[in-house]
Amino acid sequence: MSVAARLKDPAFWAEWAALAGLIALVIVFQALNPTFLSPGNIASMLVAAAILIILAVGQTFVIATAGIDLSIASVMTMGAVAFGLSYTAGWGLGPACLLAVAAAGVAGAVNGMIIAWGKIADFIVTLGMLSAASGLALILADGKPVTIVDPVLLRLSTGGFGIFGWTFLIALAVAVIAHVALFRTRFGTHLLATGGAPESAAAMGISTRRIKIAVYSISGALAGLGAILLVARVGAAEPASNTSFLLNSVAAVVLGGVSLFGGRGTIVGPVIGALLLTALVNGLTLLGVAQFYQPLAVGIVVVLAALMTRFQK
Amino acid sequence: MSNPNGRDILLDCRDVSLTFGSVRALVDVSLTARRGEITALVGDNGAGKSTLVRCVSGIHRPDSGRILFDGEETAFHSPEDARDAGIETVHQNLALVEDLTVWQNLFLNREIVRRFGPVALLDRRAMQARAKRMVSALAVNVPEVRSRVRRLSGGQRQAVAICRATGFSSKLVIMDEPTAALGVQETARVEELIVRLRDEGHAVLLISHNFAQVMRLSQQVWVMRAGRRVGGRRTADTTGEEIVGLITGAIEN
Ligand SMILES: Nc1ncnc2c1ncn2[C@@H]1O[C@H](COP(=O)(O)OP(=O)(O)O)[C@@H](O)[C@H]1O
Ligand SMILES: [Mg+2]
Repeated sequence: MSVAARLKDPAFWAEWAALAGLIALVIVFQALNPTFLSPGNIASMLVAAAILIILAVGQTFVIATAGIDLSIASVMTMGAVAFGLSYTAGWGLGPACLLAVAAAGVAGAVNGMIIAWGKIADFIVTLGMLSAASGLALILADGKPVTIVDPVLLRLSTGGFGIFGWTFLIALAVAVIAHVALFRTRFGTHLLATGGAPESAAAMGISTRRIKIAVYSISGALAGLGAILLVARVGAAEPASNTSFLLNSVAAVVLGGVSLFGGRGTIVGPVIGALLLTALVNGLTLLGVAQFYQPLAVGIVVVLAALMTRFQK
Repeated sequence: MSNPNGRDILLDCRDVSLTFGSVRALVDVSLTARRGEITALVGDNGAGKSTLVRCVSGIHRPDSGRILFDGEETAFHSPEDARDAGIETVHQNLALVEDLTVWQNLFLNREIVRRFGPVALLDRRAMQARAKRMVSALAVNVPEVRSRVRRLSGGQRQAVAICRATGFSSKLVIMDEPTAALGVQETARVEELIVRLRDEGHAVLLISHNFAQVMRLSQQVWVMRAGRRVGGRRTADTTGEEIVGLITGAIEN
């Protein structure tokens, strides 16, 4: 197709909705407030986007199998609490990080096993896990945040390479690995087949159950990684609910053009979706729009993006 | 040509039964398929042919009965086990993934990989090249191997499914109504391919509603009606009318 024909094709815009939206937002915010594209603000936006990128990647794996992980943010909370408790118990940074990822990964694996073997709808199972994981976090932490002062974590959240903070670079690495896993490995092909045509995948000998368990485990483990970055950013492990992370992770995936019916998707799309949502919130804050308007703005953008995906073939 | 003492028997189903809720899809079905032969399986819609195929290819597990393959009792837990044992199937629904490309479908769960230490990455170039050779041998209207199956015509899809079932070394190739969506020219190519598979020593189990095709290609015909195997004939010893009579029940075995 020629460039002109592509630009007239609504399917093209649906596929690149996130990028087009991001560019439009950048132009508008930059016009309204020239500090928007200052190196300092770009750097802080990228750092702010890091956790969401990681969660969106996990959510993409799940949604590509035609599932959904509603527990992703509470599992992150639980991972943060597990990190805080083990760190304050003197485990040291490395083991505490491992525990956070492992605990969250186990929660994801439990999701996957119940969905695969119990044949229960994914949104019911992960809704249950949403409640269970945040409850567990509250119980373990006794409802109180734990302050974490660690020089390595501090450097992780403040240092970086030029305008790229370490946490953003970690998120970028996660995205690159996820892209390779999805499009350059057998696992990725089997994942897309499981999402697009589960019966055909099974007839060709693919264990769709194993794929389901794997994607929910990955989603959980990435939530655990997000938990570490969250603790580093906040400077404390809190049992607070992170509902906006759940909504935004799904929103980033939808913005990124991933089909909610499974079988189709990219990693680049949701990453750009996460950047767009972060830029939106950041820009509104710069313009002095009250914080209460931000969820409203996010909601409108996501529904608009979902409407655009109707044009996808 | 056939071996009367049965040493050539590759597939041996014995009293296979399967019910779905209250539907008795298979009732004590026994049949065999031999190496170097084309075995036809005929019957009206709903007779249970596809269900039997799905038992042999590991999708369903029979409630009772035994399936022997290559002289050994099978207990396939999944289609993967059946494929590993040497059974490739063209399913009636084709079992393609629309959002994947032709080459991805051809190599689904048989991907070629290159190892880099602990990671194995897809060798896309090798698969695309081999896929090109696989489809060009069969299809009249050759699909581009990098296009998604979603964009293919019915005939092209069927060609892809057939290429997949015949492109990997197997002992038994099952084809569930493989030429249903094909034109005259494509059907002729598929028939050539089926004959070639037989001549190479494979066993072919062919399900078809095309009696001329069955009489032309097969050495053995099994007839199913309402979940039961109601007859079996050497093709050379029967006629199209007799087969029709067995299918409809006008002739009792
Ligand atoms: N998965 C299933 N669940 C319930 N009933 C089924 C299923 N598969 C097949 N059947 C039933 O089993 C019978 C045989 O179907 P099938 O094997 O597809 O027949 P054929 O291939 O000979 O046309 C039909 O009555 C069909 O409705
Ligand atoms: Mg059938």
